[in-house]
Amino acid sequence: MEAMAMMPYQQEQTNHIERPIQHRFSPYDFNGGTVLAIAGEDFAVIASDTRLMTGFSILARDVPKTTQYTTNTVVGSCGFHGDVLTLTKVIQTRLKMFTYLHQKEMDTSSVAAMLSTVLYYRRFFPYYVYNIVAGIDTEGKGCVYSFDPVGSYERETYRAGGSASSMLQPLLDNQIGMKNQEGAKQVPLAKAKAVALVKDVFTSAAERDIHTGDAVCIHVITKQGTTKETYPLRRD
Amino acid sequence: MATPAFPTSFVPGPLWGNGPTPGQVYNFPGAATAPDQWGTQRTLNPSVTTTSVLAVKYKDGVVMAADMLGSYGSLARYRNCPRLQKINDKTILGCSGDYADFQFLSNIINQRVVEEECLNDGFSYTPPGLHSWLTRVMYNRRSQFNPLWNTYLVGGIHQEKPFLGYVDKIGIAYEADTIATGFGAYLALPILRDAVEKNKKMEEKQAVELIDRCMKLLFYRDARSLNKYQVAVVTKKGSEIRGPIVSEANWEIAHMVKGYE
Amino acid sequence: MAACAELPAGGFVFENCQRNKFLESQGYKVPKAYKTGTTICGLVYKDGIVLGADTRATEDTIVADKNCAKIHYISSNIYCCGAGTAADTEMTTQLISSELELHRLNTGRQPRVCTANRLLKQMLFRYHGYIGAALVLGGVDSTGPHLYSIWPHGSTDKLPFVTMGSGSLAAMATFEDRYKADLSRDEAMKLVRDAICAGIFNDLGSGSNVDLCVITKDKVDYIRPYEEANKKGVRQGKYRYDRGTTVVISSEVKKVELEVIDTEVRAVPMET
Repeated sequence: MEAMAMMPYQQEQTNHIERPIQHRFSPYDFNGGTVLAIAGEDFAVIASDTRLMTGFSILARDVPKTTQYTTNTVVGSCGFHGDVLTLTKVIQTRLKMFTYLHQKEMDTSSVAAMLSTVLYYRRFFPYYVYNIVAGIDTEGKGCVYSFDPVGSYERETYRAGGSASSMLQPLLDNQIGMKNQEGAKQVPLAKAKAVALVKDVFTSAAERDIHTGDAVCIHVITKQGTTKETYPLRRD
Repeated sequence: MATPAFPTSFVPGPLWGNGPTPGQVYNFPGAATAPDQWGTQRTLNPSVTTTSVLAVKYKDGVVMAADMLGSYGSLARYRNCPRLQKINDKTILGCSGDYADFQFLSNIINQRVVEEECLNDGFSYTPPGLHSWLTRVMYNRRSQFNPLWNTYLVGGIHQEKPFLGYVDKIGIAYEADTIATGFGAYLALPILRDAVEKNKKMEEKQAVELIDRCMKLLFYRDARSLNKYQVAVVTKKGSEIRGPIVSEANWEIAHMVKGYE
Repeated sequence: MAACAELPAGGFVFENCQRNKFLESQGYKVPKAYKTGTTICGLVYKDGIVLGADTRATEDTIVADKNCAKIHYISSNIYCCGAGTAADTEMTTQLISSELELHRLNTGRQPRVCTANRLLKQMLFRYHGYIGAALVLGGVDSTGPHLYSIWPHGSTDKLPFVTMGSGSLAAMATFEDRYKADLSRDEAMKLVRDAICAGIFNDLGSGSNVDLCVITKDKVDYIRPYEEANKKGVRQGKYRYDRGTTVVISSEVKKVELEVIDTEVRAVPMET
């Protein structure tokens, strides 16, 4: 018995006192949202679901997490919605100032670079936002940039971010990146096929991720501008 | 402060000097809490609180409702706390959460409305304008770790269309057709959403009836609620706050409950 | 004093609780159980009981089962909806179901709902809420229809309408709004369906379909699914892989040596 009493876990129970729960202030929340972007040869597709949630409740069913920044730059941002709104506001103000100063719109690659510095500016009280920038680069090719919340970014051909990203990314790796396939041919992705793929992966994400649903908002970006389409998803 | 080379907008001069400006909190010299070695401690807990606010958009306006109870923890402390505010003919504001924080911000908003009125330039606060301003106030306070412990609903008419927006203590904001804060988000919102989905062209009478039903429901099931409440209605014709209204409870099925086994 | 040999008591063994708590404090993760973030409910109507449940089972934020059955069989006249830890609700209802069946065989009478309620609450109370089963128990017996809600700690309520689970507030709101005494069968089913749908569409822990169970004096209708509240989206593209897409690293054909053994099968008369 004496040997037993020496076991550290035996002392545990004596200092187990139930305290009333204190409601602590947390400056962050998670409001769901999944974003997905694909870069094609001369186009880019970016999509997000339109559900805004907190905890186990749905706040709103029609809040797209994508924002059009310039004629051919659309950004998807999700995570904490308060930060999403603020970050979007900051970027849009800076873009407006740029336009007035230079009499032209900012390039997609420059928007991405600026976003990175704006994010890093808050390195020690970060914007809890996952960003994906989609657009057309200076050579007229589709481009996608993905970010982490503190500003690390890279250019990619396809990327999923946010709530259901871990479900979507492997599927994109397989279907667009042709990963884990023997002798698969890399054929240039057609615009219609990209849009269909986006609808399918969101339909699937809505099946298994409780945060994703209601509708998916899809932007197709070309040199001429962007088109927007909304496609319904499960609402449960 | 550098004077701008050209006037960007007309701002009225101060009414008097050497004192608190209207609507501002005056800090007595030396009375401020000095940061000690632990840093400054701010109030991160609400004290006198209020419960849900409900709101719904209908065909030509917005209906909002909130009860009049101010709770002190689990004590039903104050029974006459109005928390719907008429901003102007196009805008109403509803608040839940800490009542002191609401009174603080309410004073500031009233002062701004008066100052805006003094300009007499034909402009006034629009619902999206007030909503957007509130998102910044709430987000800034949360970023300073000194939040206003409230959730605000802004209702009104903007460009001939009904507007309904939400802002909470950490700066989450959105617009929707039906919004409920606090416990109402769990109890009343399902009923509101269902009713609006089934009847997209709701009349004012139906919308008010719907809100009345939900307020009674909240009185039944929300332990921090009261059956005395106010209703605010905004249409193109103007805004008004009605009440206090007292909902009558129905105990018809009470005889069916006997014991627990 | 001579200690008499005690029969080992049934149920769980708690001797590892302290060890587990210690391991947890050292950073070991406890395996996660399926939780049915759920909407379940029931009501008493004119000639019986209507029970309802959604069909989503979740594991944190992932849907683990899109069509699970949450209305469990207790006896031919009693059913029970379960919310909470999926394994607990299943095992608890199975255990009580078997105890009631033995009771029925012993007494030769149809079990009563209050008996099932007593068995459940006494079992749950003994486990201090560690059996995470929140139940809605309903049935019709010789004394009429009865409806109970049973909490994981063992407390019970006997009410004309009850709800449980993460969507219980949405469902309760629907009942508070529209419940009346002496509803007809169709009205009752519609109301329960609406209550479950309120949970499905407003609570993220609830979803998929609506299951109903209507219990009357001499008949039980277990309707599963009663309604598919959400239609699954239709796929746009085709996702078939060409033959040979999967890499074969190596292949080998081996002969399996079989040993043929003769056995004799005999019928053994059962002990009676």
